[in-house]
This record gives sequence, C-alpha cells and structure tokens, in this order.
Amino acid sequence: MNSIAQAGAQALHLMGVADPNLVGIVRLSLEVSLTSVTMACLVGLPLGAAIAVSEFPGKRAVIVVLNALMGLPPVVVGLFVYLMLSRAGPLGPLGILFTPTAMVIAQTILIAPLMAALSRQAVGDAWSEYREQLRSLGETKLGAAATLLWDLRFSLVTLIMAGFGRAASEVGAVIIVGGNIDGVTRVMTTTIALETSKGDLPLALGLGFILLAIVLALNASAYVIKETAQRHYG
Amino acid sequence: MRAPLRLLPLRLEDVVFEVGSRRIIRGISATLEAGSRTIVIGPNGAGKSVLLRLCHGLLKPTAGSINWHSPEIAGAPRRQAMVFQRPVMLRRSVLGNVIYALNVAAVPARQRQEQAMEALRKVGLTTLAGHAARVLSGGEQQRLALARVWALRPEVLFLDEPTASLDPGATHEIEKIIAALHAAGTKIVLVTHNLGQARRLGDEIWFLHQGQLVERAPTESFLRRPASPEAAQFLEGELPW
Repeated sequence: MNSIAQAGAQALHLMGVADPNLVGIVRLSLEVSLTSVTMACLVGLPLGAAIAVSEFPGKRAVIVVLNALMGLPPVVVGLFVYLMLSRAGPLGPLGILFTPTAMVIAQTILIAPLMAALSRQAVGDAWSEYREQLRSLGETKLGAAATLLWDLRFSLVTLIMAGFGRAASEVGAVIIVGGNIDGVTRVMTTTIALETSKGDLPLALGLGFILLAIVLALNASAYVIKETAQRHYG
Repeated sequence: MRAPLRLLPLRLEDVVFEVGSRRIIRGISATLEAGSRTIVIGPNGAGKSVLLRLCHGLLKPTAGSINWHSPEIAGAPRRQAMVFQRPVMLRRSVLGNVIYALNVAAVPARQRQEQAMEALRKVGLTTLAGHAARVLSGGEQQRLALARVWALRPEVLFLDEPTASLDPGATHEIEKIIAALHAAGTKIVLVTHNLGQARRLGDEIWFLHQGQLVERAPTESFLRRPASPEAAQFLEGELPW
C-alpha cells in the first residue's frame, strides 16, 4: 500500500514539473492517435454513409463484415501491418517499420472499420426518416450521404470520440509496429506496459492518470457539444 | 423561368401497385390536367398517399404506366415537388433549408440567397430566417416546407395531408399559401381527409376507394350529389352535420 502511495506521489511530481520524458510520450501518443482518427474518419465516415444510402446485392453481408471488423484485435492488425512493412514484406522498401508513421497506419486500419460501421448505423437510421424528402427534392445518393453526414455532425462527435478512445488506449498494434523505442515510438500505453513490467510504477501511474484524464476530458467536451447543439438545432 | 416543355398532363394507364400480395392500387387510369386544383379524398387505406407517391415518382408502379407529357430528365432539376404530412427539416437554419433545396436544384449560388429570402417572405417566415429549422412549431415547419418548394417554382405540387397534424390557425395559414401557389401558376394535387378543406381548395375531386378511382367530379357537385354509393357513404360518415 505504501509503495503505491509513494508511486502516486512521484507520478504527481512528474506531472507537476512537466517531466520532458513524460511530455514527449504524451505528445507522441496524441499525435499518433489524433492523426489515425482523422484518417479513419476521412475514409470510414463517407464509406459508412454511402453504404447506408445505397442498395446493392450483398449489402447485408457487407454490413455484417463491417460490424465484425469493429472488434478487430489490435495485435492482429499490428501483426498484419508488421508483415506488410517488414523488410521482406511488400512495403518493406519504404523503410517505415518502427516509426510513428507505421503506428498511424496500424491505428488507422484498426479504427476505420469502427468509424464506417458506426456511421453506417447512424446514417442508416436517419436515412429512413429523410429518404422520401431528399429523393423528392431530387438529391442523388451520394449527395444524400453527404447531406446526412452533415446533418448528423453533432452525433458524429460522440462516434469520433469512441474511435479516439480505442486508438489512444490500444497497446497491441502500436507495440508491434512501433517497437516501443525510447524517444521515438514510445507512447503512453506501451510505456505503461513496459514500466509496469520493469517495476517502475511512478511513470506508469502518471501516464495512466494522464490517459484517463485526456479520455475523460474529450468525452466531456463531446457531451457538451452534443447537448448544446441539440438544444439549439433540435 | 420555366422550362419550355410542360410536364402536364400526366397520364396514368391501368396503374397497379402491390406490396407483397397486397394490392394497394387496383388499376387506375386517368389524366391529371394542368390548371385546376385536384383534391384526392377517400377513406383510410384507399391508397391516396400511395397514388400521390406514384405520380411524384417516389414509387414505381407494379403494372401499368405513368407518363408526363414531356418526361422528366434523369439528373436534371425536378419540376414537380411534394409536401409531406410531416415535413423533414435539416439541422440548418430556416434559410439554410431553402438554400439547400435550391442547391440540389442546381440554382446558381449567387441567386440562391435572394430566391430563398423571397420564398420565405411569401410564407411569412423572414423574421425566423436565422433560426434552427428543427425547433420550429409544426405549423411553421410546414410553412417552411412550402417555402422550400415555392423557391423551386415547380409546375406541379403534390401535398399529402399537409395540415393533418395542425391546429385550425396553422391550417388556415397553410391553405392561404397553397392558394397563392396555385395563383402563381402551380398545379395543385392535394390529398386530404378534411371535406371543408376540399371545398375551400378544390376545383375537382378524385374519390378513391379500395385502390380504385371510383368517382371524379367538380368539387361542388361531388359534395352535393355524389354519383357512386361508396362516395355517398363516405360523405355521410365524414360530414359533421
């Protein structure tokens, strides 16, 4: 019990003095996860919306696969990206394995299906309400997908937060393709895993606090945005 | 500005519409002429709303044909519009909703603002132009729906019980706007349950019963002396006196 209290105190100290090592890790974590979520949104949200408003053979199968991909295990994605980027792999010549770029690629692959599946669900629900009206106005399928994404923008904030939460908290994919190299590819989750196994609890705990605080703050702001917008726009 | 080729008349030939094994429209043949205000009435389940959606193109007939005098060109801006019982508003401002419709109709960007404001003026919503559309009252939303179609200057306007969920004051406002739209040259095709509304707005009545067009007559003569026993029975049930 005493050692936990001590570790907690040291963790607070590290945070209080903005320890450069700690700040560097937090910054890289945020950069990697925010970039991944942005890329995943750019791909996933329009894709999900397009699927929602389209009719094509095999649509149900696509939806089932998409929903299943939401549960992709991060280590499997990590392994797949590792194989692609490793020296013998098809993308080996790029030489980006064990760099933040590789981590962004892995997390994008991890989050994009989640974004697509959730956007498909949200846009699909709205589509049943808007379909006749939009078709009556002469809107095209793709136009309708864009219109609905914009109309659901406040709900999508929550959805994007879910994606960010998954990206920021996963450890399996980034540790495989990043390699957890000190000062280069070490992020919050991989550091926590490493430091805990080494028995260096203060840094692990400090990062744990920060990770929780970031996720909490983002979700709180998403909630406030959604509430305020809903009151204003209905 | 109106396209030189006119949509009307609209010719329906042996139109049938089925959902599964249920036959909702059972062979309707008729011609919708330009000019007059056509009211479609009939008991619940007669197929009024479905007929309207077939004419507007939201549904495709199972059998038979529906042809405009000069067909609509796929992808070109629509020259016919529809107002639904429950209007669907986008999460944008009142003005934004009208501008959206003009955008879809490929109206040049610099004209949209002015045309949209003009349409809002016609339905008396200019003071609410900056408000969020989805928090308006039911009556205001329906007026906005009418502004949205007015801005498009359609040749034909279909209305599916536009006042069914509105109070008498709001209903009166909507009826005034419909009359003004007609005066401005738009063909009106209105589905209603309300015989008073049919009398106030209608030039001719299409009476639907169990998916068939049982009777078609000028409003006054239909309301006074319906020719078919089904219509007579319907009027007896509906009239408040």
